Amino acid sequence: MAYIPHTDAEREQMLNIIGAKSIDELFEAVPETHRFPALNLPPMMSEMDIVAEMQALSEANDHAGDFAIFRGAGAYHHFIPSVVNHILLRGEYFTAYTPYQPEVSQGTLQAIYEYQSMLAQLTGMDAANASHYDGATSLAEAVTVAKDVGRNKRKRIILSPYINPQYRAVVRTYHQWGDLEFVGDDQPYTTSELIDLIDENTAMIAVGYPNYLGHIENLSLFAEKAHEKGALLVVVANPIALAMFKSPGELGADLVVGEGQSLGIPLSFGGPYLGYFACREDYVRRIAGRIVGETVDQNGTRAYVMTLRPREQDIRREKASSNICTNQGLMALAATVYLSLMGKNGLRKAAELCYHKTQYAADRIDDLLHFSVDRLQPFFNEFVVKCPIPVSEINALLSERGILGGVDLSEDYPHLKDHMLICVTEMNRKSEIDSLVEVLKEVRHE
Amino acid sequence: MNSEPLIYDISVAGREGANLPEADVPLAKLPADLMREALDLPEVSELQVVRHFTNLSRKNFAIDRQFYPLGSCTMKYNPKLNEDMARLAGFAHLHPLTDASGSQGALALMHGLQTWLADIAGFAAVSLQPAAGAQGEFAGILMIRAYHHERGDEKRTKILVPNSAHGTNPATVTMAGLSAVELPSDAKGNVDLEALRAACDDTIAGMMITVPSTLGLFDSNILEVIELVHACGGLLYMDGANMNSLMGIVKAGDLGFDVMHYNLHKTFSTPHGGGGPGCGAVGVNEKLVDYLPGPIVQITDPGQEPDLPPFYELVMPRKSIGQLKAFHGNFGMHIRAYAYIRSYGGGGLREISNHAVLNANYIRVRLQDAYHVPFNRYCAHEFVMEGHWEDAPDIHALDISKRLMDYEIHPPTNYFPLIVPEALLIEPTETEDKQTLDSFIEIMIKIAEEAKAQPELLKEAPHNTPVRRVDEIRAARQLMLCCRPEPDWHKAEEKTE
Repeated sequence: MAYIPHTDAEREQMLNIIGAKSIDELFEAVPETHRFPALNLPPMMSEMDIVAEMQALSEANDHAGDFAIFRGAGAYHHFIPSVVNHILLRGEYFTAYTPYQPEVSQGTLQAIYEYQSMLAQLTGMDAANASHYDGATSLAEAVTVAKDVGRNKRKRIILSPYINPQYRAVVRTYHQWGDLEFVGDDQPYTTSELIDLIDENTAMIAVGYPNYLGHIENLSLFAEKAHEKGALLVVVANPIALAMFKSPGELGADLVVGEGQSLGIPLSFGGPYLGYFACREDYVRRIAGRIVGETVDQNGTRAYVMTLRPREQDIRREKASSNICTNQGLMALAATVYLSLMGKNGLRKAAELCYHKTQYAADRIDDLLHFSVDRLQPFFNEFVVKCPIPVSEINALLSERGILGGVDLSEDYPHLKDHMLICVTEMNRKSEIDSLVEVLKEVRHE
Repeated sequence: MNSEPLIYDISVAGREGANLPEADVPLAKLPADLMREALDLPEVSELQVVRHFTNLSRKNFAIDRQFYPLGSCTMKYNPKLNEDMARLAGFAHLHPLTDASGSQGALALMHGLQTWLADIAGFAAVSLQPAAGAQGEFAGILMIRAYHHERGDEKRTKILVPNSAHGTNPATVTMAGLSAVELPSDAKGNVDLEALRAACDDTIAGMMITVPSTLGLFDSNILEVIELVHACGGLLYMDGANMNSLMGIVKAGDLGFDVMHYNLHKTFSTPHGGGGPGCGAVGVNEKLVDYLPGPIVQITDPGQEPDLPPFYELVMPRKSIGQLKAFHGNFGMHIRAYAYIRSYGGGGLREISNHAVLNANYIRVRLQDAYHVPFNRYCAHEFVMEGHWEDAPDIHALDISKRLMDYEIHPPTNYFPLIVPEALLIEPTETEDKQTLDSFIEIMIKIAEEAKAQPELLKEAPHNTPVRRVDEIRAARQLMLCCRPEPDWHKAEEKTE
């Protein structure tokens, strides 16, 4: 076995030194009745056979190599420069452990520090942590912070109905025993109706930026009322959009969380992704997850180290606000390399490409006789299309032409029956958009 | 080694590191009133980025470079094949909301992994949702709570946790709204049965226990522990962090455990990535099958051999505790674990545990004279010894850890488990060869000699690392968490300094 190096002679020598007759003897404390069960697994496979099998499995999927992707809804097909993968494949990063030992982890630690800096800059916040599992769990952790800031007395958590439905589901899983009142997403509230829900008992209100339907919300309106009532404004933001639109910090957000997958991380059927979490200075000591700070070593050399450690579960145990330990470290590195390469101008350019292509697609689809696009609010890289027939039927047709169509909104939003959420990124060439429009043109009322 | 500047510090206005296309569609009017002005990201060339992150990488210890006997973390070799498999286009560029008919390959892979993991630990079903061990624990405790809740058994609000537990265990209990009750260990390192007996009553929702324990010991009373907790109506959660010593050795489900999490990033070799991502899949017996976090993959149409394959779909278990993260778990980790299990097959997995345990016992026996090994019997895949001697009173486990760095070895886990003073928790894993173990042993013996003859060598260590011991107190007092934006409190402090 290539991964187990022992020879028969070495096993023998080692057992002799241990003073055991056989390896089996080392397991004498395991209850004999249950010792050494048979495993009902397929036999060992060679490397070349594994490659063949897994290649076949991978090709049994409608992936972006063969399909034009117009589906987003929380996972986005963006351009990833080659450098990102080359850096991630350096064993010094991906085979390293959590940087608890700073003297031999400065690479990981400095990269996280740079990541925190870039995320704080993008979101307009003062600080960011080293990551959560994904956007949904970042939002769940934001609820914990808001609850704590409200001293466990403020019980109302307002979730905009246009926060990703999966995120809202995850928040409820996390806080199912938390004695909180979740409101705001049981019907399609308007912005002013949502704002009216903010009261003295409200710990936080969470709003998407852009929201699940692609719209750019007027965050200042939410911030004003939230702060008047002493509640936090939590913004769930798409980081690519932040290269172009005003930062949530500028508009009054207290916590900015979300999915960092767009920043150099492939779709990978839903994970591993990157939950980013940024906050104002006031809340730094209340947030969960690892945080890296700058300091010096005993010679006065600049150095980085995990800091505010007493918040964490391994020290605080049952008093910790979260049990998070393993996070998405390597994905945070991917985002750091991506943001370094794209830089100030590249990220803006990518965002604007998304914007222009999305507007073009929306215009072309809106021109079709049987389709219409909701243009009441500005949108970034996703928009809502009203269709003449059920979305599933349109998607079946698109699939035959090598196009992955938009998400069917009727499942999560009953008032949006026959509405499709279409996503366009810089990866969608004009010819792809035109093909999409051509197929939609064939769709008629039934 | 010279210190590497921050990426921001090598930025030059106007420089670009990515080659993006021009728009191929007519330009839309940008919404001027919504646009941001400043965005302070670095402006660097591609080569600068490559060089910067390559230089930084050289400041890390990593399995690919050094021996990493880091107890409880199972830092084994991460096969390169698995990285390639995760990067196959059909996996890496597959949208998570692709319909089942367009993702049969991915779903079949997840189903295969669910089935294999269930068999390895003797469970009825597995969910791959949890993103890490801690999330697997959270899922497990939520399931236990849901189980009692459904039976109207609301007074069960306590979870028993041995004092040797990982910190995540008590924190998990709190997150699920229950309270953790700590149990002592006996002189042999087992759960103290008397204390357990006294604690077991109808307020116990369950018990979380790591097997083998964080002392690296198979609890020789494990069946009695399980029986006592079951007898009072509680359920048993096994923390599977130490499963590297159990494959083909014993199945958690056979022992009577109701739920367990697997760390794919430990036992099944998916890389730690400098802190993540991981996967903390959970397995359950029949009692809890309906409560699993979802979605999980099920065969919804068995198909017909040989031409019609089964049809796989994502399904939400009937009484699921809910979804723990968006989409279907850390799929990239599922791919790697799948390839790993394929590489070994059933018989091979037992060889992993055999050799992990052989390696740990070999080091234990060879170091038992130079160091105090408090529970000196056959250990599992790891063992704990004390990093302290009466005749070297100033030397602590931390000093030994730092000195090891000078010898290009990653320190063991130190000061854990908490019940052993000056603990050094050593886990070599099965992928290390005898020569590496011998060299480590010789270095450890040499450090033990140094501790007495030249203690300053340890107190001042490490000497040869990119930075020396760092000032953690300063980091916490003068918080500097970003270089952009420069925090006000940093500017204020600079003025007062």
